[in-house]
Amino acid sequence: MSVEVAGTAAAKPDGPLKLAVPRGALLDGTLDALDAAGVDTAAVRGESRALIFPGERITLVTMRPSDVPTYVEAGAADLGITGKDVLLEQSDRMVYELLDLGYGRCRMVLAGRQGDERLGETQRRLGMTRIATKYPRIAERHFESTGRQIETIEVKGSVELAPLIGLADGIVDLVATGRTLEENDLEVREEILECTARLVANRVAHKLRGAEIDELTAKLRKATTG
Amino acid sequence: MIHPIPPGTRDILPDEMRELRRLHLALIEVFESRGYGEVATPAIEYDEVLARGDGRTADSAYRFFDESGELLALRSDMTVPIARLVASRFADAQTPLRFCYLANAYRAVRPQRGQMREFAQAGVELIGAPAPAGTVEVIEVLEAALDAAGLDRAVIGLGDADLFRQLLTEFGLEGEARDAILSRLATHDLVGLEAELSQAGIDDEHVRTCVALSQLRGGREVLEVARKLGGAAVERATERIGETFEALEAKGAASRVQVDLGLLRDLGYYSGAILEVYDPALGHVLGGGGRYDGLLRRFGVDLPAAGFALYLERVHVAKLEEESRRGAPS
Repeated sequence: MSVEVAGTAAAKPDGPLKLAVPRGALLDGTLDALDAAGVDTAAVRGESRALIFPGERITLVTMRPSDVPTYVEAGAADLGITGKDVLLEQSDRMVYELLDLGYGRCRMVLAGRQGDERLGETQRRLGMTRIATKYPRIAERHFESTGRQIETIEVKGSVELAPLIGLADGIVDLVATGRTLEENDLEVREEILECTARLVANRVAHKLRGAEIDELTAKLRKATTG
Repeated sequence: MIHPIPPGTRDILPDEMRELRRLHLALIEVFESRGYGEVATPAIEYDEVLARGDGRTADSAYRFFDESGELLALRSDMTVPIARLVASRFADAQTPLRFCYLANAYRAVRPQRGQMREFAQAGVELIGAPAPAGTVEVIEVLEAALDAAGLDRAVIGLGDADLFRQLLTEFGLEGEARDAILSRLATHDLVGLEAELSQAGIDDEHVRTCVALSQLRGGREVLEVARKLGGAAVERATERIGETFEALEAKGAASRVQVDLGLLRDLGYYSGAILEVYDPALGHVLGGGGRYDGLLRRFGVDLPAAGFALYLERVHVAKLEEESRRGAPS
């Protein structure tokens, strides 16, 4: 898909490309994909508590997945890898989405207590449902597009708690295996969307370091679709 | 006691103001020396008049009523007010007309994002000079302005606003589906672009062409690569870009211009050549411009036109970054 071009002579951005790597659930998949694309990740896999891992051509910078769009938009990182959930929640961040990396697959769902009719009931009788979530924008967009009104309650920690002790009628959250839901007597009511890891780029870096970025993108594409 | 000002606005204090003024003067001197006379227009205009320029995307975020109930608006750029000025005051004048400005413009901001509601733009408008000569002149002025600002590493992206519009028409796409795809192209959401194209029933080969085109950027050789991808729209666009690029080369002014077929600016009035300006020291675009051959017609004078605008504050930030980089021992 990508075409080799020489690039313009004028811009000479210096130093290695900076790639923002997500810590947490996406880390292992990301390091495997980078290895397969020929990027050395041994240092990140080690015991080091460092955040920055300099390399000859690519420097890896580790951070929370939700910070990746912030660093990439500002150009502090040239490239980044993060979940589609993060990109959708921060859809106003101006970053270029270059590639669906395919791993880190999980579903954004609406869940409620098992056997509990509260979700439908509140909608019918109160015209409003209380939804706890770490993804208020995705939740609001989903209910708005299906013609229902909700009150979003943004929480930072374990969302499953909210419907159990009466803070909310349901939750919108990311589910990989569904075990956490099950253990907390919750069940999936609606599938909202499917998320995977994505490669994003800073606008200016994508223009000025085109050859390097296209090369890495092509390698990652090969590594993740092979 | 702290009295707040709206987010996205700011006070400028003497040290910064002194530097901005120097930058301002350096830019205006470049513009004036090339025959671009400085103009000022009111920050508030009749909404109806501004909307004539572009009712869709560049429309003002701030509207209010005056004492007699007229709807007024704050300008969101200087291109539309200058088109209005030319139509009202220079309708029969000899062309080409050359104007420059340094002025504040106003746009809506998203909260807590460091976006500016009020920002200064420095730019030029060249009216009555068609492509490619007019485009070439504007690019040369832009290069001189970047030099005057000390941004010798800055790069100008040169693309074509009609490429994807025409390509999608060639694919038989109209209306909403076409707009959805153009918006994916403008935000460079390549994953969404592929999905959107497939959903619109475009066959795989055309999807590949479209995605590959949006990624083509670099030296002159990308025009050849693009041509091989085929199609009448590509042929026309590469020819237009090629003409401009060759004319720049003939003047020795092409070394900092990057051909970029994926360039798409979201202002609705562009046609033909479009420009964007980058500096490696800054993650944000420094400015942009291009041709808007149909804009003046909306104000009743049918003249080709081109221009650019630089965000003064961003140029200032890039200038500081470049100075500290040059000053730093390597």
